[in-house]
Amino acid sequence: MPLIEINDFSFKYYGAETLALKKIDLTIEAGEYVVITGPSGCGKTTLCRTINALVPQFHRGYIAGNVVIDGKNTREHTVAELSSIAGLVFQQPENQLVTLNVEKEIAFGPENLGVEPAEIRRRVEELIELFDLEHLRDKHPHEMSGGEQQRVAMAATLALKPKILVADEPTSNLDPKSAEIILDFISSLNKRDMTVILVEHRLDLVSKDAGRVVLMDKGSIVADGHPRKILSQDICQDIGVGVPKATLVYKRLKEHGIDLNSVPLTGDELAGLVKEVSSL
Amino acid sequence: MIMMENVSFAYDGLYTALQGVSLQIDDGEIIAIMGTNGAGKTTLVKHLNGLLRPNSGRVIVDGVDAQHYSVAELAREIGLVMQNPDHQLFLDSVEKEVVFGLKQLGFAEDEIKERTDRTLSSLGIKDLSERSPFTLSGGERKRVALASVLATEPRVLALDEPTIGQDARQKEKLADMLLELNKKGRTVIVVTHDIEFVIEHFSRTIAMASGSIIADGPTSAVLSNDEVIRLCSLTTPQLTQAARSLHTLFPDVHERLTLLSELEDEIVRILGGV
Repeated sequence: MPLIEINDFSFKYYGAETLALKKIDLTIEAGEYVVITGPSGCGKTTLCRTINALVPQFHRGYIAGNVVIDGKNTREHTVAELSSIAGLVFQQPENQLVTLNVEKEIAFGPENLGVEPAEIRRRVEELIELFDLEHLRDKHPHEMSGGEQQRVAMAATLALKPKILVADEPTSNLDPKSAEIILDFISSLNKRDMTVILVEHRLDLVSKDAGRVVLMDKGSIVADGHPRKILSQDICQDIGVGVPKATLVYKRLKEHGIDLNSVPLTGDELAGLVKEVSSL
Repeated sequence: MIMMENVSFAYDGLYTALQGVSLQIDDGEIIAIMGTNGAGKTTLVKHLNGLLRPNSGRVIVDGVDAQHYSVAELAREIGLVMQNPDHQLFLDSVEKEVVFGLKQLGFAEDEIKERTDRTLSSLGIKDLSERSPFTLSGGERKRVALASVLATEPRVLALDEPTIGQDARQKEKLADMLLELNKKGRTVIVVTHDIEFVIEHFSRTIAMASGSIIADGPTSAVLSNDEVIRLCSLTTPQLTQAARSLHTLFPDVHERLTLLSELEDEIVRILGGV
């Protein structure tokens, strides 16, 4: 059974005039790394919210179809029940941080689920180490930069030991180096069997790690497949998605009658492919 | 003209965010401020409109020390869009958010309507006019916050991370608007981590680290410096990466900041396309 099964799911926020999600069919197996992208306002965040039941349990509205996460239909299970299956990290970390220091923040989730104190202590220390938060241990989240806050939010989310990490533009407030660190970390979590769903506009940073890109537009899924396949299609530019510059060069070269052997996703890949063709 | 003279600032008097910052911004410039998280970029722009006041040093606006002006007075000249739109939006419709600022500044009814319509259209949110900002996506809310300030066309426009949450098309629209305002003589200052956005659109870049300015000059010079890239926690853009890698095999490919069309031309030359 797939870990995430979304069947013919539509959703309209209470009071809204248009559907935020239209007839979504999406199946994700355990261990996948899926990047969800699409123009601003296309329904990416709403789709994320369906995975831990925030839609429809917290954000109410019209629903049709079903979302089944790890065997649990989100119509019938609470956000609390799903919190140890799917952990969400949001765009604005400060909307997510609730306590007065880093230790309490990380411990907050597991405490609420009644995890043993010794186990909580162990998780807190492990995550402080993992996210390099030692120097912030006693700091109030509001004394931290956006990047530091996001690391704390990620640590707090992982403290619940979820099977699925859903990250909604987790790096948009970070400088590129800190973003790279977080994304490398997400990628390494995926290699250790964490199922990852990442919403991201900056495909140059993430497409090399992801196994799959889901492209959304106006509440629907309009393309779904391997990054090299999806990002080289014209539909990306048609709907306003920013493909990696190296991939754009590949497409421009085609117009000049130059066919590189594969679709590059990074600058080094592009250079490598040009070298290959030039030495033929 | 805005000058900062040796400005230092510490939050709660303890946490030093700016250390002896001096700079000069002439009327009509378009400037990017880049730097690592916590480098002091946001603190710096909050000094421009008096939201923060220096602990030591001076901010001088058109020859007058800014301490003689209230935030309200400075806001007429210097519009600031904050990083988090939720700190700025408070009304129940997109249109009202934009109209509010214009009303405060005393514009006439028809002028308010014209500016509101034009700004909302340029940013692609005209069809959201009646919606509550709080029902919008993160990227859309960001554009509403931008619209509310852009519509007032202040003499100096300071935007803190305006490209966050924006897709490629929205970024282009935003760039077009900023360049348009700049052409009308407005000064544009943008805080951003988006190196490709900066390379494509900004002539001057100020790089910050640990509360100080570490480089200030033409964008191509500042961002070609590997030490600046490292200290600002930036990553080398894909095209520059590709150019450097190609340079090792084809020495006449320049290993510097590169625009897409330049790299395209180089590769076509190497591979002999049509």
